[in-house]
Amino acid sequence: MTLHGRWEVGGGSRRGAAWSVLFTGATGLATALILAMLAVILVNVAWHGWPALSWRFVTAGTEADMFEVGKAGVFPMIFGTTARVILMTLFVIPVGVTTAIYLHEYAHTTSVLTRVIRTAVANLAGVPSIVFGLFGLGFFIHFLGDRLDLVLHPDNPKPIWGKPALLWASLTLAVMTLPVVIVATEEALRGLSPGLREASLALGATKLQTIWQIVLPNALPGILTGGILAVSRAAGEVAPLLFTGAAYYMAELPRSLTDQFMDLGYHVFVLSTQSPNLEQTRPILYGTVLVLLLLTFALNATAILVRARMRRRQRAAG
Amino acid sequence: MMDLSITTRDLNLWYAKFQALRQVSVEIKHGLITSLIGPSGCGKTTLLRCFNRVNERYGYVTTTGEIRILGKNIYDPDVSLVELRKSVGMVFQRPNPLPLSVYENVVFGLRIHGERHELERARLDEAVEKALSEVGLWDDLKDRLDTKASTLQLEQQQKLCIARLLPLKPEVILLDEPCSALDVDGTRAIEELLFSLKGRYTMLIVTHNMAQARRASDECLYMLLGEIVEHRRTEDLFLHPQDPRTAEYIEGRYG
Ligand SMILES: Nc1ncnc2c1ncn2[C@@H]1O[C@H](COP(=O)(O)OP(=O)(O)OP(=O)(O)O)[C@@H](O)[C@H]1O
Ligand SMILES: [Mg+2]
Repeated sequence: MTLHGRWEVGGGSRRGAAWSVLFTGATGLATALILAMLAVILVNVAWHGWPALSWRFVTAGTEADMFEVGKAGVFPMIFGTTARVILMTLFVIPVGVTTAIYLHEYAHTTSVLTRVIRTAVANLAGVPSIVFGLFGLGFFIHFLGDRLDLVLHPDNPKPIWGKPALLWASLTLAVMTLPVVIVATEEALRGLSPGLREASLALGATKLQTIWQIVLPNALPGILTGGILAVSRAAGEVAPLLFTGAAYYMAELPRSLTDQFMDLGYHVFVLSTQSPNLEQTRPILYGTVLVLLLLTFALNATAILVRARMRRRQRAAG
Repeated sequence: MMDLSITTRDLNLWYAKFQALRQVSVEIKHGLITSLIGPSGCGKTTLLRCFNRVNERYGYVTTTGEIRILGKNIYDPDVSLVELRKSVGMVFQRPNPLPLSVYENVVFGLRIHGERHELERARLDEAVEKALSEVGLWDDLKDRLDTKASTLQLEQQQKLCIARLLPLKPEVILLDEPCSALDVDGTRAIEELLFSLKGRYTMLIVTHNMAQARRASDECLYMLLGEIVEHRRTEDLFLHPQDPRTAEYIEGRYG
């Protein structure tokens, strides 16, 4: 608001001021509502989940009964969720960044192929996650996995690749989070001044050298932002894992990429739907949810720290 | 004709359907500073960017005609863009140091092109000292070679942008309004620097500032609507313009 608007008390501006107050109030209220809901959820989970947290609970697996307080442990789930998120990141960052580089540095903005890719990326972002689960089952497990079995282990009757596995679940999540990484990377590439690229090209650097030595290092923080968003999106997802890798129960930790794994989010679902006595299981349920939230925060915080460090190093070393 | 650095014959250039250069034929003499003046949008930048072929970055650019640099047609199929750009350096309107340290900015060209044995630390150090001394930055920066180049003052950045060309031993240095982001002192410093580099490099400088063209250049080209109107010794062009359009421009009738 200008000084005039603030001090004049003419008829028109008084109405404007009223609207302005109303609008400020409405936006403030909406913000407060969201914060309140978040607080209720967090406090509720922390309050009920805290008592269940014990050293044993987070460092051991389940003995005998996963629904019984004192015998349940979520370490295998922490392990599984962490593993699938890290694997996903390893898949999604290279593919996403390469795609973004193609779109921004190589493709002609008007070409049909570019438009098709952009439309596909935009639509991919809107697909419900359960559909990705089905895609993972159909494409990775049955299409890829079955063929791998046929080629690599023709004599083995039991499938090794053609069944749910850590690898397939991570790949499915990678496909799901691809748009986030592509969009964030493109944003970062767009943010670099064109003068930078020309400076390098005019010194005789090839396009590849320019991208590798000048463009990418400077886009790194932006790329990591994409990674952080992907991790946030993927960490709590359950639907894409249902058919692709999460196990109801496993006695041991997964030993290879083709093993299944237990997952925190999926375990919350199991606890709340399969328990013979929900009242008794409730503390474990809350404890598991709390661990899931903490793990998600921790994964995010790690990524943010890495990015901050990288920014600092870039500023220092040049 | 060994004293010619750049010659063009019937050079035409189109941005998609728009013709930005028309039948440009010029001869730029070796070791001199040639200035390129003309109203905004007449094609000065476009012509300059033909000489190191950065215009081709845009897919929709078409060029016809011939450009010879040191006797070689740079549009010949066997010309390597990398080699061309090593011998034809460019300085931009806004100082655009690479987002690296001062040191790495100067050796970037060597690292990109160099054979392994040329990349020994001692050789690089030597190249940095030589290049920075040539542009008069060595004394100011010799203790700050590791600082990020973008933290320097604009004038120093622009000098650095000139310095980083030198280790590649360029034949030609193209400068597109190199002083337009600088203040009076910065402008004078760059002009003095160009003067000190004269003779060793052929320099082609685009400028909007006619006083600068008069002060700093040996020869002067006047362009209008994509054509070369007049090309003579700077003194003659300003004192006795042959073409009425040139006369009008230097009397200040066009922007
Ligand atoms: N990348 C481009 N795509 C399309 N048209 C362009 C492009 N660059 C320049 N032009 C057009 O070509 C003409 C010449 O532009 P150029 O930049 O060479 O002029 P200039 O003489 O350098 O002008 P100024 O003094 O403003 O820098 C202008 O009409 C401009 O609009
Ligand atoms: Mg220009």
